[in-house]
Amino acid sequence: MVSGRPQRVTQKFIVYLLLIGISISFLVPFVWLVLSALKSSDEIFVFPPVWLPKHFEWGNFVKAMTEVSFGRFGVNTIIIAVLNMVGNVASCAFVAYGFARFRFPGRKILFGILLATLMIPPEVLLIPQFILFHKLNWINTFLPLTVPAFFGNAFFVFLLRQFFMTIPIELEEAARIDGAGPLRIFLQIVVPLIKPALTAVAIFSFEGAWNSFLGPLIYLNDQSKYTLQLGLNLFQGTFHTQWNLIMAASVVVMLPIIIIFFFAQRYFVQGITLTGSKG
Amino acid sequence: MNKKTRTSSPMKRKEALTGYLFISPWLIGFIVFVFGPLAASLYLSFTKYNLLRPPKFIGFGNYHHMIFSVDFWKSLEVTFYYAIVSVPLDLLVALVLAILLNQNVRLMRLFRTLFYLPAVLPPVAIAVLWNWILNPDYGFLNRALGFIGLPKPQWLVTPQWTVPAFIVMSIWSVGTAMVIMLAGLQDVPQTLYEAVVIDGASTWQKFRYVTLPMISPVLFFNLVMGIIGAFSYFTQAYVMGSSYGQGAGVNNAGLFYALNVYIQGFSNLHMGYASALAWVLFFIVFVLTMLVFRSSALWVYYGSEK
Repeated sequence: MVSGRPQRVTQKFIVYLLLIGISISFLVPFVWLVLSALKSSDEIFVFPPVWLPKHFEWGNFVKAMTEVSFGRFGVNTIIIAVLNMVGNVASCAFVAYGFARFRFPGRKILFGILLATLMIPPEVLLIPQFILFHKLNWINTFLPLTVPAFFGNAFFVFLLRQFFMTIPIELEEAARIDGAGPLRIFLQIVVPLIKPALTAVAIFSFEGAWNSFLGPLIYLNDQSKYTLQLGLNLFQGTFHTQWNLIMAASVVVMLPIIIIFFFAQRYFVQGITLTGSKG
Repeated sequence: MNKKTRTSSPMKRKEALTGYLFISPWLIGFIVFVFGPLAASLYLSFTKYNLLRPPKFIGFGNYHHMIFSVDFWKSLEVTFYYAIVSVPLDLLVALVLAILLNQNVRLMRLFRTLFYLPAVLPPVAIAVLWNWILNPDYGFLNRALGFIGLPKPQWLVTPQWTVPAFIVMSIWSVGTAMVIMLAGLQDVPQTLYEAVVIDGASTWQKFRYVTLPMISPVLFFNLVMGIIGAFSYFTQAYVMGSSYGQGAGVNNAGLFYALNVYIQGFSNLHMGYASALAWVLFFIVFVLTMLVFRSSALWVYYGSEK
């Protein structure tokens, strides 16, 4: 017992040392980003590098936002992200409940197919889906980026089904004896019970739509319809020597996700761990 | 079909109908947005199609063309190089971070948040930021390497340092795998550790004979997701590649497979050829995933799972 103590203290010390060391290396890119965003155009290329800018150029943010119509891109991104959030929450809750609670022929096979679709590389569907939306005349509209969200997402359906399975069935049986139909049981009893899981789905789909690049890249042509991610890439192509402005624009594009992340960490972690830990 | 199943009772039939109604959004979506497109793309892969004129059937022409295409082999080389190094490396880093975060120390929530944050940020913003960090002349990384007297690689500017740049960047975003592994570590019953400690097990033996088998399902899951992710790697490749060279880095050194599919389909409008490329990708990912699934019988332990 006594001989084990110093060893445990050194072990703790090493753990702290590693944690702090790694944290610093994880943080350095962020610090570099923010400081670069605040430097003047001359200062950013100075050698040897200066860490803290002499003057904090807050004007960089204004310049970055006005040189390219970032306001418009922001509104577009919010519209797409909110529609994805609403669509996914509504459709995935329905589908997951269907798989969790009702017996019907082919249920296991269909659920297997749903899981298998998770393994299809997105590139395989890219071209035929583009052709489909092209035929529907949906190119250069938000429809290809929002409508599919209303038809369920395999990952979220799987996640919500796991949650539904943990709810005791007796609650629903009691309601059924009282004469409630399936839709009413679902909306009034089950949905309120899985609010945390629905919140996780809402946050994940908002984040996914906010961060998405490939979809907007192939479906949106007019700059007036661009999202923030396309705007940022456009910015990088156009102003690639003005690194301070590009970094300021990056901060703006990341900031909403960072803020959501700090307030809703719990849901991020919950959502993600449910998919991994229990095979 | 004529078997006397229990579904014939009215109650059961009603339940089945309700079930189908509930899953119908996904079912319709699957047929319209997944199954239909998959079938169409298989057909298109045997055609010449540029969106403007109707597809023209050319048999195995696209696949034949692929075998003699320099770009196809280059993109396979780039993607395999990236996958072979980054998938195991990221798994290892994620595991080490998860073990560190599973210790009982102060400020744990803060550390977890810090390590996980990069994984939720927009890939475009990450690519833009790392473009700047990896800038050979003004980037932070080379300034730091120069400061401690190490050579400064020409990240992304020279072909041999292009894929390594992507690998360096990938380590920063291992947060998702890390969180899943951490959950796996926390599910390991403490009683198992207590039992082997009584038998005189060392720290390494505890890890080797208790931790590793118990978290093997989680390692397996992350391995499969890692492989799929590496072969579908697009956004960073597109954003960073286009800033050095025309689209895919100098001498196509950053021509990832998915980027090649995009360029063939959407820049060159070779929709049929791009479909064939996509099906080959599907086949490769399928074979690799099956190999991992098959091998899992040897190393994945599902003993005490419910």
